Amino acid sequence: MDVHAPAAVPVRGPAETPVVLTVNGRDHELELEPRVSLLDALREHLRLTGSKKGCDQGTCGACTVWVDGRRVLACLTLAVTCEGREVTTIEGLAPDGQLHPMQQAFIDRDAFQCGYCTAGQIMSAVKLLEEGHAGDDAEIAEFMSGNICRCAAYPNIRAAIRDVRDASAEG
Amino acid sequence: MRPLRYARVTDVEGAVATAAADPDSAFLAGGTTEVDLIRLGVARPRTLVDINALPLADVDDLGAGLRIGALARMSDVARDPRVVARCPAVAEALLLGASEQLRTMASIGGNLCQRTRCPYFRDDVSPCNKREPGSGCAALDGISRGHAILGTSEHCIATHPSDLAVPLVAFDAIVHTVGPGGTRTIPIDDFYLAPGTTPEVEHPLAHGELIVAVELPALPLAQRSLYLKYRDRQSYEFALVSVAAAVAVEDGVVSAARLALGGVGSVPWRARLAEQHLVGAPATAERFAAAAAAELAAATPRPDNAFKVALAQRAIVRGLTRAVEGGRS
Repeated sequence: MDVHAPAAVPVRGPAETPVVLTVNGRDHELELEPRVSLLDALREHLRLTGSKKGCDQGTCGACTVWVDGRRVLACLTLAVTCEGREVTTIEGLAPDGQLHPMQQAFIDRDAFQCGYCTAGQIMSAVKLLEEGHAGDDAEIAEFMSGNICRCAAYPNIRAAIRDVRDASAEG
Repeated sequence: MRPLRYARVTDVEGAVATAAADPDSAFLAGGTTEVDLIRLGVARPRTLVDINALPLADVDDLGAGLRIGALARMSDVARDPRVVARCPAVAEALLLGASEQLRTMASIGGNLCQRTRCPYFRDDVSPCNKREPGSGCAALDGISRGHAILGTSEHCIATHPSDLAVPLVAFDAIVHTVGPGGTRTIPIDDFYLAPGTTPEVEHPLAHGELIVAVELPALPLAQRSLYLKYRDRQSYEFALVSVAAAVAVEDGVVSAARLALGGVGSVPWRARLAEQHLVGAPATAERFAAAAAAELAAATPRPDNAFKVALAQRAIVRGLTRAVEGGRS
């Protein structure tokens, strides 16, 4: 072997390998195959079923979670790539027994029917406000377009987002 | 989903060496195309080399241009004030692509390498010369509404899907790579390969060769550029036709023009014929239409996508007209 070759990078898998995931502020030691998505790790291994599997191909947004504070699609993220990063799901959005203002606004505005997309909508909506892209309904619609609602509760979703936006501006 | 091996690399040298050592490896950045295609069975790497920890996420001002790190994310580049100022068409193209979640994940290098959305490529069943060379092209006699009308061959009519790549070809971006053979720079015109008889070969990268940056040369004309996109939905949809344009006009005459099309080409389509018609011509809608017609004269439409010939010409005229309005000093 060439002595000048760089040290070999460890290759893991395809069998299960230890993976530490930090989810909602807690470390979890899991055994995962590298092919396991973050969404499956959350739902099937950690029993955090708030994040939903709609399309499993990055189209619907029902699996939207935060990784290092940014909204991403858990279905197109491999869990093993999240080691050392902070994952936040709908279950970690507010302290136990409390609702995040966006969750309360979704209730107040009846911003869902079947509810399957709701966790993803809320995780996206909170970040939308942080990103500063909720100036008007057109901008909200554009920057929420990655979250599909088959019940078409869009007007009520936008109303909920406006409520939180305006309350934050007043606060 | 097929079993995968996984390696996380922390430096470019290690990334290239790890990928080069395994002929069935692929780099993993944002994963928005890669993970999707692996799950569909279309992409079949044995090993994923995770490059997300590499220090390639910055946008650097070179004075003579901008160097966008290959791991900069679409959402970050779209908001970079230097990108917005130097080449607004790039920022606009980025924001008109995908959804915010995907833009937050997707890297610039990955965007350049994204695969076609041709449903026959993605279904892992139909004949597809791009996926299984020699198997045929189901799109030729299939549903081809979204397919390409420029740069096609009898072996493949798949459309290149990237929005970002359209202004990159309009403004002569340069792809910087590091591979087993060392570093090299690839002009964007040489980066995208028309299908010809080998539609499975989409770019000149060797196995293990990593895109490390995309350079946007300084071009005053690009500061007045724009990007227009027409699609079936208002948001979160690939282009039927898109236009990147910039025009300089002096005394009513076009003195310089850059024009590229998305959604219609097998590769991001630099409209050089139209550019040649424009320079020296009066900046009028009639001459813009003539330039557009010249560019589309070589189109090879099929019944399903024949509408793109007219749509592309109208989009070009609108793009040029707006570029003149926006760029008039």
